Amino acid sequence: MSAVADAPILSVDHVGVRFGGLVAISDLHFDVREGEILSLIGPNGAGKTTAFNVVTGFLKPTQGEVRFRGANLAGLSPNRINRLGLARTFQRTSVFPNDTVTDNVLIGLHREDAGASLLDAIFNLPRERAGEVARREKARGLIDWVGLSSRANERAGSLSYGEQRLVGVALALATEPTMLLLDEPVSGMNASETQNFMRLIRSVRDRGVTILLVEHDMPMVMAVSDRIVALNHGKLIADGTPDQIRADPAVIEAYLGKSAAAREAGREAAHA
Amino acid sequence: MTRYLPPIVLVLLALAPLWLKDPYLLNALITGGIFTIGAISLNLLLGYTGQLSLGHIAFFGIGAYASALTTLGFDVGLFGDIRIVHAGWHPFAGLLVAILVSGACGYVVGRLSFRVRGAYFVIVTICFAEVVRLVALNWIELTQGPLALTSIPQMKIGFPGLGEMTLRTKAQNYYLMLAVATLAYVVVARLVGSRFGRAMRGLKENEQLAMSVGVNATRTLTVAAAISAAIAGAAGSLYAHYFRIIDPDVFLFAYTVTMVIMVVSGGKGALAGPVIGGLIFGTLPVALRPYMAPEAQWIVYGAVLIAILFVMPRGIAPYLDDWFAGRAAARSSAPVAKPQLEGQS
Repeated sequence: MSAVADAPILSVDHVGVRFGGLVAISDLHFDVREGEILSLIGPNGAGKTTAFNVVTGFLKPTQGEVRFRGANLAGLSPNRINRLGLARTFQRTSVFPNDTVTDNVLIGLHREDAGASLLDAIFNLPRERAGEVARREKARGLIDWVGLSSRANERAGSLSYGEQRLVGVALALATEPTMLLLDEPVSGMNASETQNFMRLIRSVRDRGVTILLVEHDMPMVMAVSDRIVALNHGKLIADGTPDQIRADPAVIEAYLGKSAAAREAGREAAHA
Repeated sequence: MTRYLPPIVLVLLALAPLWLKDPYLLNALITGGIFTIGAISLNLLLGYTGQLSLGHIAFFGIGAYASALTTLGFDVGLFGDIRIVHAGWHPFAGLLVAILVSGACGYVVGRLSFRVRGAYFVIVTICFAEVVRLVALNWIELTQGPLALTSIPQMKIGFPGLGEMTLRTKAQNYYLMLAVATLAYVVVARLVGSRFGRAMRGLKENEQLAMSVGVNATRTLTVAAAISAAIAGAAGSLYAHYFRIIDPDVFLFAYTVTMVIMVVSGGKGALAGPVIGGLIFGTLPVALRPYMAPEAQWIVYGAVLIAILFVMPRGIAPYLDDWFAGRAAARSSAPVAKPQLEGQS
């Protein structure tokens, strides 16, 4: 592998988060390489969402730092971090429920100004109108990309959970990120929706967006990831390809307990 | 259909002075209209960003004082021997100064107070209005305090090629009010329909999500507050030059409440909301006056407000919108209207 492909786009550098006496993340350290799909896995309460919130500026780490394309993210607000090219989706509230799908994506496109200022908007000058045409065109393209064209004029809050997640992805993509963080995107989706979502993730990556995924759906994670980082009790316990992670005793123990890990090891031995 | 409604309403309102000869009624419409402009500005904050400013009358009052003082001139001592002397300017300059000064105050208040949200923001704005009222009451050299600023000149407007006109009659003042109200309505409509308005709506619906797609919450809210305050300042200027006398009572909390009632009853977050609310609560005192004492009228306002919000919790305009949309849907899907009920049985 060349050095360029290996260059980390995001570095989580010995990050720790404490809420009073509660340790959410004790010492987390991993890199995300440009152009890969990296999954962050771990049992409930392992600190995955906390890690997401630190990376996207919603939480301040009590120790360590996060670097995105070389820039230290310490002290930056979520909207500044988004402008650097780092977008995210949310686990539960991924849409603006009272707006249509199109309007949702248009909110994500609010920075596409085409050089028009606040005054252009108030006087409805040509620049503003041209910008609006361009924004609507872009919104249509994004909605098409995530496969919601038939739902474009429906209220986002009235869509199914799976469809709302897709709106969330379109919204995040509207900000033209170089990296996308997905927080449990397929939870609550059925098998065929999950398949579609995996295709979408791959097509996003193929357009040059690096992806960091938090997900509980193991078959999905194993199928879509280039690399997996496993977390337990706020600490890194494994880092490797899906096959390495699947066989890693520490990961099996974290998910299934000690005896299961021993049984699994025994079964592997019997197979061999 | 609803697209043509605002111009139709504007034409009807513009025709009012032609058949409405009673100066008392016209006066009520002008006063109600001036507060409706305030309500339109409040709606920008309350309805579209979801932030309740219960000190909104402060911007109205600052506009009134700024306009009056710019027009009358003043001579005040600052520190030591430094005095600021200002000779009176044209009343129209007063209107522009009122817009700028109120807008700047809105910017500063927004900048300082949008670190907090919800109840805290409400309290900050109430405090701001009270502080401004106390300044107006006690800085006697500038404001005359409780003695009031009197003999404020009437508004003058210059028309290219036609010369200058002093607005003496009620009808003239009515048209000035209507022009400013229309402008305020258009500015707010354009703003909330633009990408800035989308950023505001995003913040109101889901602040975290809005920030995650790059909406700068503090900046967006501050800009909204500044524009809202500037419009309220314009309304205050109209008030000062129409009544020609202002005292610190212009900052009374009751006026903020009037504007909030106009917005909430008409429908916050709807462009027509403050206009409908303004028409109802602006004309109600006139309609009730022949029948009951002013004290009893307050009870009726309360009853009307409760009745409106009981039947239409989101306000009149959204209720009518839903009603029209429901009828349109019923008409287009009349033959297949049944299946909706089947799921429940």
